[in-house]
Parts: sequence; C-alpha cells; structure tokens
Amino acid sequence: MTVAERVIALIAARALADPAAITPGMTVESLGLDSLGLVEAVFTIEEAFDITVPFTPNEDGPGGFDVSTVGAIIRGVEGLIAAKAA
Amino acid sequence: MRRVVITGAGTVNALAHDLPGTMRAMAEGRSAIGPLAFRDVDRLSVRIGAQVRGWPEDAQHDRFTGFALAAAAEALAMAGDGAGEGAGVVIGSAAGGIGTWEENYRAVFQDGKNRVPPLTVPRLMLNAASSQIAMRHGLRGPSFAVSSACSSANHAIGQAFRLVRDGYAPAMVAGGAEAMLCFGGIKAWEGLRVLSPDGCRPFSASRNGMVMGEGAAVFMLEDADRARARGAKALAEVAGFGMTADAGDLVAPSVEGAAAAMRAALDEARLAPEDVGYINAHGTGTRLNDRCEVAAIRAAFGPAADRAMVSSTKAMHGHAIGATGAIELVACLMALDQGVIAPTIGLDRPDPDCDLDHVPNEARRALVGAALSNSFAFGGLNAVLALKASP
Repeated sequence: MTVAERVIALIAARALADPAAITPGMTVESLGLDSLGLVEAVFTIEEAFDITVPFTPNEDGPGGFDVSTVGAIIRGVEGLIAAKAA
Repeated sequence: MRRVVITGAGTVNALAHDLPGTMRAMAEGRSAIGPLAFRDVDRLSVRIGAQVRGWPEDAQHDRFTGFALAAAAEALAMAGDGAGEGAGVVIGSAAGGIGTWEENYRAVFQDGKNRVPPLTVPRLMLNAASSQIAMRHGLRGPSFAVSSACSSANHAIGQAFRLVRDGYAPAMVAGGAEAMLCFGGIKAWEGLRVLSPDGCRPFSASRNGMVMGEGAAVFMLEDADRARARGAKALAEVAGFGMTADAGDLVAPSVEGAAAAMRAALDEARLAPEDVGYINAHGTGTRLNDRCEVAAIRAAFGPAADRAMVSSTKAMHGHAIGATGAIELVACLMALDQGVIAPTIGLDRPDPDCDLDHVPNEARRALVGAALSNSFAFGGLNAVLALKASP
C-alpha cells in the first residue's frame, strides 16, 4: 500500500466512506468531515505513520498544514515522512 | 419570589490570589499567561498557561479544593455574618481532583507502588470543594457539586441563585474551582488541538486557540431582604439564569443554543436587550467559538448588540474551564459595582466576523445597569447569568 492509499483508507474510515470513491481532488468537507472529524482523522494518520502533523483547526489561511483537499493532506504526510527519514 | 444579591466575593487565579488584586489586574489589562511549570512539562507540545504562582503544596486537599477554600474564605469574610447554618454550597468543576488522580496513577502505574494514601478518594471527588467549604464554615443547607465542563461555574451559580430565590436556602455559597494544569490535564486538551502555542487573542484575526488557566472564584448569594436587614452591601443582583443544550454537535458550538440561553436569562431577569451594557463573553479565542458567539449575541440582541460592550477576559486569566464563569463573574461585578469594564487584551487585528464593541486592550469607565456572563461548554451545554446593578 502506498502512503496515498493508506491516507485515503484512514480518511475513508473516519468519514464512513468507500476508499474507492475518494479522489485527491476532494475536500474534507465534501466527505462530511467536520472540524472534530478532521482532528480525529489526523490523529489516526499520526499514529499510523508515527509522525506529528502540525495541524490546528484554529488557524485561517496559509501557514499551517494544508488540509484543503485529500491530495494536499497526502502531499503533506509524504513530506513529513520524508523529513523524518532524513 | 425573593430577589437575590451577591454580598461576598473571593477568588484565586493566575492574576492574583484575591479579589482586589484580580480586579486591579483586569482593570490594568494584565495577562497572567506564561510558561507552565510542573513535572513532565517538557513532554507537552503546548507549554503555556495561566498558572497560579506561589501557591503552597497542600497535603490535605487537592489543588482545586485549596483554591475553592481560599476563595470561599474571602467571600465569607466580605459577607460578614451572612452565611449561617441554613446556607449551602454549590461549586462547579469540570475535572475535580485531576491532580490527585494523576499523582496516584503515576505512583501505581509508573512507579510500581501498590499502596496509595487513604485520603485519595476524598481528595479527588468532584464534591470535595463543596464539602470542605461546608465543613469549614458550618454550612448545613443544600450542598452539592455541578459538572458541565466549561459551563460548570455558571451552572453552579445558577442553581444557587434559584435555591435562594425559591426559598430553599437563605443564602448560598457558589462558584467554580479548577486545577487542570498538570501533565495529564494539558495532554488531554492537546489531543483536541484547540490550544494555542503562543497566546490567547479572543476576537482577533490572529487568534489560534485557547490558553488554559486555573483557579477558583466563589460568591455569597443571599436573599436581598435579609442582606438589607443586616446592613450588608450588595455588589450586584443575580436576576436571571438561562440554560440550554444544543443536543447537536459534541464540541462545535451552536448559534441557536447559545442565543436561546441568553434570551432565557434576559427573560427571567425581565431585561430587554438594550438594558444590558456589558456582556462577559465566553470568548475562548478559538475560531469556532468566537464567530459563533458573536452571531449568537446578534441573534439574541438584534440591533442592541451594537450598543453593548462585549469583552473576553480569558486573555488575562486563561480559560479556567469549570471555574471560568466564576472568575469572569468578577469582571461583571467590577462593571456593575465600580463602573470599570475589563478589556479584551491581545486584540491586535479584529476578525471582520467579530465586529461588536470588544473593548480592545484597555479598560473603560462606563455606567452599566445590567450585565450578562456567557459560558458555553463542550457537550453543547450553555449557561448564561444575568446580573443587575445593586438595587
């Protein structure tokens, strides 16, 4: 399983959605995840990859961890895994 | 029905260990937020809070009970001979003796001990503060603890108000107490990702979360006729209380639930929105709370929302969770009794969606005839107190 597939599976589990139906372009809102749902999804991602995701639902705009789309989350997680390995 | 007045007040919080010091700090717009100091703080990702400094270790009581006892002693000293045997005690707390839980779990789980001190249970129980106050002052009326997360103190004061108003007790000692600033307490909040790593800036575009505090504030609520008969000074009248449940989201606030609680408090107090000069906001400094609260005030107040001063004092004393409504009632008393409105400090750049008069950064002098104090808790529980200037 690639990182992207694992991230999608974790988000799908939290959103009670079929992983096959999730594409990188989708927003988390469109999956029905609210702010707490996203916090829970990020927690499962941190546990799965043993990384710390610098995400907080309290900040507007750029600067923080990009959670605008599933693809953005995947890229962010890939970056954190690479940074950890470096 | 009786009218109910506040004839005594006391507090311990990060700003000061007493009422006059706290009011002075609020009037000066001082922040008590700083680096946290306790065991294992280096394992936390959030290391700031509004911690009570210089508070002695107490072998007998959990820290939350120690705060409550000191605040109650100050309130009862101010109230003079007002309490009497028939008075009761209601203290709100979200986590009760969490420090005692933590200490003893550490001893048995981490250090492998097989024995804990005999007073572990009486120290950690949520009603420890109420019981210890009743015991120390010989108060034999209705006494219990109230727990509703961040609304605990307002629910406690609201219950005490109704017990006095409806004749179940001549006077009640009520407030909130909390001491969650320990490794496990902060670690749990970290998990929710609502804590700011660098400061509390309610209603500000730059805000990024709440900052936790601790402490207690306790008040003497008394039948107004009785207070007058014994010549006690009333700091303010508790005139109404509104409580609602969102019965919706577990943690996200609801405009309608919050607005309904404000309307209920106004109705019970027979206040029109335009009578209210000051609202002490829940104002946690999270995006969700602040925007929702401003929308709720607009929904409950209509055009009168633009005439009320609406400040959050949490940037000064932190979010003291189950004690916070009680500490914030101190700001309401300062407004009603002294005509000083505590500011929202750290308001550097207003959030366009938070466009009420948030009394930015500097206290203001104003005559206020009535005030509201908002508390909104996780679990969707809203509790709003309505106060009037002393009759």
